[in-house]
Amino acid sequence: MAETEAHVRAAEVARASYGRLLALLAARSGAIIEAEDALADAFRRALERWPETGIPDRPEAWLMTVARNALTDRHRARAREAPADGIEDLLSEGATDPEDIPDERLKLMFVCAHPAISPAIRTPLMLQTVLGLEAVEIAPAFLVSPTAMAQRLVRAKRKIRESRVPFVLPATAEMPARLEAVLEAIYAAFALDWQGGTLEARDGSLAREAMYLADLVAALLPDEPEALGLSALIRLSRARLPARLDAEGALVPLDAQDTALWDTGLIAAANRRLTAAHALGRPGRFQIEAAIQSAHADRARTGATDWPAIALLYAGLTRIAPTAGARVAEAVALGHARSPDTGLAALARLGPGADTFQPAMAARAYLEAMAGRTEAARASYRSALTLTVDTASRLYLERALREIGPDPEKTPRKG
Amino acid sequence: MRYTLFLYNDESAFAEVTPEQMAEEQKIYGAYIEALQTAGVFVDTDWLQPSGTATVLSLRTGERQVQDGPYADTKEQLGGYFVIDVPDLDAALAWAEKCPSARYGLVEVRPSAMPADG
Repeated sequence: MAETEAHVRAAEVARASYGRLLALLAARSGAIIEAEDALADAFRRALERWPETGIPDRPEAWLMTVARNALTDRHRARAREAPADGIEDLLSEGATDPEDIPDERLKLMFVCAHPAISPAIRTPLMLQTVLGLEAVEIAPAFLVSPTAMAQRLVRAKRKIRESRVPFVLPATAEMPARLEAVLEAIYAAFALDWQGGTLEARDGSLAREAMYLADLVAALLPDEPEALGLSALIRLSRARLPARLDAEGALVPLDAQDTALWDTGLIAAANRRLTAAHALGRPGRFQIEAAIQSAHADRARTGATDWPAIALLYAGLTRIAPTAGARVAEAVALGHARSPDTGLAALARLGPGADTFQPAMAARAYLEAMAGRTEAARASYRSALTLTVDTASRLYLERALREIGPDPEKTPRKG
Repeated sequence: MRYTLFLYNDESAFAEVTPEQMAEEQKIYGAYIEALQTAGVFVDTDWLQPSGTATVLSLRTGERQVQDGPYADTKEQLGGYFVIDVPDLDAALAWAEKCPSARYGLVEVRPSAMPADG
């Protein structure tokens, strides 16, 4: 019983404190690998000791002390061959209670998303150092083996130490660009879980971690509207999680979802963040994306989707972040707000690459069906299906294809 | 911490440089070196002849082999370097950004592997 409780408590502390303790242990030296090892020692000892001695009053301080001692031991063992790494500076400060010392996690996140770190490894690095996830837990989402993921993470951590990427907050002039990289990395964790292509393979845990990270950045940088925007965006998307798939497992488009299944608490919290972000008067990509999701969420209240408002927001979004995904979504919104042909014309402007981009082909089929051009829609739905890899999207497209009606040329003949 | 800034650029662009333009370039580099010295971060620099003058030597096959260089026949060639001593990568990148050749070429920033007290 006591052992179970100690495990549960250690897990809770680990979740809340891992990144806090790691950031603190690594901030001076930049030696993330050594700090991780020391922290792992501390957590292992907690699991051995706490069931016998009871859980300390201040478990974080206990872990910090043990981890720092482990670092000191390691440092002494290395002292003959290596020069001081700055660990002594940290140890001589005497602060053992994380609550008495500043939260260094934000600096750690800026290190993970530093321009000198490859964009492909920023998200895994953040998941590992701030949240304590193991390479084996991170690897599947990035479609690589745990060994390959572990190697990439070690390489990045070595680079941080060897090239001395500083644990500092960016200067005001650099803040917007540097913060964008941090938010991008968090958004990537969220999107991995969210994209249709990988939906069935996930349990939503990465999206949950992304929400935690986004909330953390928003809490630590309350005057940065984009941080609030991302936090709102992830909340709004997660609010609709229960309505995304129907009983058969087919994807349900946003404007057809049962609003009774949406999480109104998450939506309200997101809207409060969005209001706070707008009050700061510096619009940006994540705020606009959140505003679009908020407009969709408003259907729960009004009973109808305000497509003209959504099309307008997409026009703003594609002006500052003209991603293919956003341009496809803008075309669909225009199809609803004005006419299917307006939407199709917007899709055509995507160029020839759209022919192999699944969302563009699915949107084309949808808009052609809306325009009543059933032959063209049927062909586009079939093209979209050949580009579809996940079951939920496939089931949705197959149903849409059936709903157009039977293909006159393919009607089964007798004999 | 010492960092070396390796300056890579497209040599063909220099083929048509006039003596006046060359003098102007030297003045710009001179000002950069002075700025590094004033900040107390300057360690070393050199400006290299074009890669057509390079000669490559190796003993790795067990024999002394000498051949016409450069080692890598790429469009962008190493044209010079600066060694600077600054606290961290951000500081090194800030100096790389000020380096005149960053405007037309690229600057590779590498930390030193030598012990700090050398």
